Amino acid sequence: MSYLISGESGDWEVVIGLEIHAQIVSSAKLFSGAATAFGAGPNTQVSLVDAAMPGMLPVINEHCVAQAIKTGLGLKAKINLHSVFERKNYFYADLPQGYQISQYAEPIVGEGTVILDMPDGKTRKIGIERLHMEQDAGKSLHDQDPKRSFIDLNRSGIALMEIVSKPDLRTPEEAGIYLRKIHTILRYLRTCDGNMDEGSMRADVNVSVRHPGEDLRTRTEIKNVNSVRFVMQAIEYEVERQVEAYESGGEVVQETRQFDSTKGETRPMRAKEFAHDYRYFPDPDLLPLVLSQDLIDHVARGLPELPDEIKERFVADFGLSAYDSGVLVADIDTADYFEEVANGRDPKLAVNWVTGNLFGALNKAGLQITESPVAPESLGELLDLVEDGTISGRMAKDVFEEMMATGKDAADIVEEKGLEQITDGAEIEAAVDRVIAENPDQARDVRDGKEKTIGWFVGQVMQATGGKANPKMVNELLRKKLSG
Amino acid sequence: MTALTELSLAEAGQGLEASDFTAEELTRACIEALEGGRDLNAFITETPDIAVDRAKASDARRADGKAAGSMDGIPIAVKDLFCTEGVLTTAGSHILDGFTPAYESTVSANLKDSGAVMLGKTNLDEFAMGSANVTSYYGPVKNPWKGPGGKDMVPGGSSGGSAAAVAGGLCPGAIGTDTGGSIRQPASFTGIVGMKPTYGRCSRWGIVAFASSLDQAGPLTRTVEDAAIMLGAMAGHDAKDSTSAPIDVADFSAGLKEGVKGMKVGIPEEYTLDGMPAEIEALWQQGMDWLKGQGAECIDVSLPHTKYALPAYYIVAPAEASSNLARYDGVRYGLRVEGETLDDMYMATRALGFGDEVRRRVLIGTYVLSAGYYDAYYRQAQKVRTLIARDFREAFEQVDVLLTPTAPSAAFAIGDKMDDPVAMYLNDVFTVPASMAGLPAISVPAGLDGDGLPLGLHLIAKPFDEVTLFRSASALEEAAGFDARPPSPKGGAS
Repeated sequence: MSYLISGESGDWEVVIGLEIHAQIVSSAKLFSGAATAFGAGPNTQVSLVDAAMPGMLPVINEHCVAQAIKTGLGLKAKINLHSVFERKNYFYADLPQGYQISQYAEPIVGEGTVILDMPDGKTRKIGIERLHMEQDAGKSLHDQDPKRSFIDLNRSGIALMEIVSKPDLRTPEEAGIYLRKIHTILRYLRTCDGNMDEGSMRADVNVSVRHPGEDLRTRTEIKNVNSVRFVMQAIEYEVERQVEAYESGGEVVQETRQFDSTKGETRPMRAKEFAHDYRYFPDPDLLPLVLSQDLIDHVARGLPELPDEIKERFVADFGLSAYDSGVLVADIDTADYFEEVANGRDPKLAVNWVTGNLFGALNKAGLQITESPVAPESLGELLDLVEDGTISGRMAKDVFEEMMATGKDAADIVEEKGLEQITDGAEIEAAVDRVIAENPDQARDVRDGKEKTIGWFVGQVMQATGGKANPKMVNELLRKKLSG
Repeated sequence: MTALTELSLAEAGQGLEASDFTAEELTRACIEALEGGRDLNAFITETPDIAVDRAKASDARRADGKAAGSMDGIPIAVKDLFCTEGVLTTAGSHILDGFTPAYESTVSANLKDSGAVMLGKTNLDEFAMGSANVTSYYGPVKNPWKGPGGKDMVPGGSSGGSAAAVAGGLCPGAIGTDTGGSIRQPASFTGIVGMKPTYGRCSRWGIVAFASSLDQAGPLTRTVEDAAIMLGAMAGHDAKDSTSAPIDVADFSAGLKEGVKGMKVGIPEEYTLDGMPAEIEALWQQGMDWLKGQGAECIDVSLPHTKYALPAYYIVAPAEASSNLARYDGVRYGLRVEGETLDDMYMATRALGFGDEVRRRVLIGTYVLSAGYYDAYYRQAQKVRTLIARDFREAFEQVDVLLTPTAPSAAFAIGDKMDDPVAMYLNDVFTVPASMAGLPAISVPAGLDGDGLPLGLHLIAKPFDEVTLFRSASALEEAAGFDARPPSPKGGAS
């Protein structure tokens, strides 16, 4: 798939790399025991360490280390047995220590690979450069008071992973798919909850353009973009800006920019906001992080099935198309939901119901799949009722709507409303006889060979039975009785 | 009976045990001495109320037969670098104005748990940066020993207040911290024992950090035995300090009197400096003779990278300090000088809050970590550090301990060397190498110079071999028989 911008000086190719900051799922911070819950009152989740009180020392949270290893394994990456925490020094009011503890020269995870499923059915391999752990800073609130700024240190010290891609991405769409794929993998691993609205995941986007075949040109870095859509928009804007700069005889300056989502444009951050010499050096309060192969093997054994594997399994075991399978595994909750519905049932029926009726209804209600009023086992029971002929497929749609609205079980709704299909031959026959008797003209038409009119009769019988008669039996009886 | 304030820590402990006096009586005697010795400026904060409360609690425990051990009821002074719950903690700096921690450092908490009675917080060089205790925001500390013509001398630094308090008879023991010699050099200048344990032996949690990879807490006492007792109450693994060693605390006083017969004592040839005063050289030789006289064998060893230790130290320590001191920004605690912008506030606060020496080291540290200079300075210094550690490791394949002078001179007058930072830094030339290698070391008072000022000898041992260190120090102490005392602060010799 080519994405070339044509200019007067020829075509321009786009080179993109992403640095994704993902908050590690952990009840405690990276170097302190303080809690990490989202939405707590300002400065209520701050330990002495997070506030950088004199004499306080960091102690590594082993759970966060295990989460980083797990993520590295999920990205098919090399886990480094020796890594080092360093201090990144800069002053800011919401950075109490005056430095951020991060990993620099020796990260915990090295090179890996992520496979992207492209819309044309092909796949693309994107290289992972590294993953390292670091602490988050606090938050400055500038809009609470005309003169003063307020500081909330709840985020100070929260564990983050920074996942750095190689500059392998070539289109805004690829960047979007890549970000979504990392999001998916991290959610499967349960190492990041992926809530972009809550700041659990955000990306710094590195963008440059070049004529195909050229060496890399100067890149700009767009900081803190917090949605897939914004990542794509920011790249589109930035690419055009850079091409225009070159085409008009100008240059691209290596700089840090921010994306304004309301205006859809990027602009340079004030020099002060990024022009730092961070003076990295190994944090003398922490020993090098030394991992044993045993620990890594232990984490590997506990690794859950990953989306690529589940996708293959869905194709192989359920006979699903790669497309359906891809839709289902894009989100771990959807995949889990589907598996529960499909378990022991017709997988194709399950796919249609999950991706059709369920997705539609949830979308309309603005709900996540985890918030669905219809639990997977309930949907499964509904499908069972269709399968065993208790209700018709058409009736099932009405029942499903009722389930969405009330949260009741399918069987209860069917019973309450008396929606069971009439499969009693005598009862259906009586209805058929009555309809034939009431419509002698149409009956004659059928006997004269007007096939279509049979359909009309079916409709009449269904109406007469409140839609509950088994359509197949109605059909057969009508044919039998009108064939003479 | 000897005045209570003249007792060694061990003697005081025995007296308490024998009910010769109560902890309250002992404590009140020290409080009185503190008040009488205020001219020394050894304390930034006196805590007599806390002291009396703790002394009474100790007496009550003892009456119940529940005394915690040999430190129970012993009055001590705490360097004002240790955070103490509910008690002003300044690090000798203006920038920590009004800072009263809600927490107690692990070492001072360990001492408290062992029943020790805190008399107050001692003066120190600002953020422990100095070798003369002249950089404190709270003014210089005077050495209880007077120079020619009664001149006021420095007590050494940075634990100058703790050293002056112990030497001046204000308390039997004090805790200090040693980054490049900050316990041992003042001990030498004031004629007492100062000991720095192996890096990792004592927790750094709750100690205001100067240079994290070098800082260690240790005792200042009048005898080697006292130092061993006190260290036993201070040391131990602490999960809150990742660099604290998960090693059990040995009985440091065990074998103290076993002597040095057959012990191999290394004499590092590189510790002979050009222009070193003859009396220091002579004292060093005397030390060798004393140990030999007790059956030890002195062996010449080489520590070839010694001459790089001091320059490397003055890269590593300021580098770490420049980062450690970044948290003093006026945002959350201590001094704040308002400014138009955040940067203005930072600059005004730090300009007013830090003294010259701290600023000098923050600047040096920032410089050596800067892009383009890191490899030439910081990385190089770390390599040197590795080589220094290797030198020691190799030497310790041949010997049990090393003997050197503690400092290249005796105490000098307050005001001297003030305009020459390098001359000031040279005070630490003999103590810094052991710090760079994380080794335990001790200064033992051994003699007086021509002006009647004390001089110390310095022993260095293998990592976590404090037992051998104390044993050899005890032998040296016995042989030296150092019993000179400074003039009483109230005037006249004691």
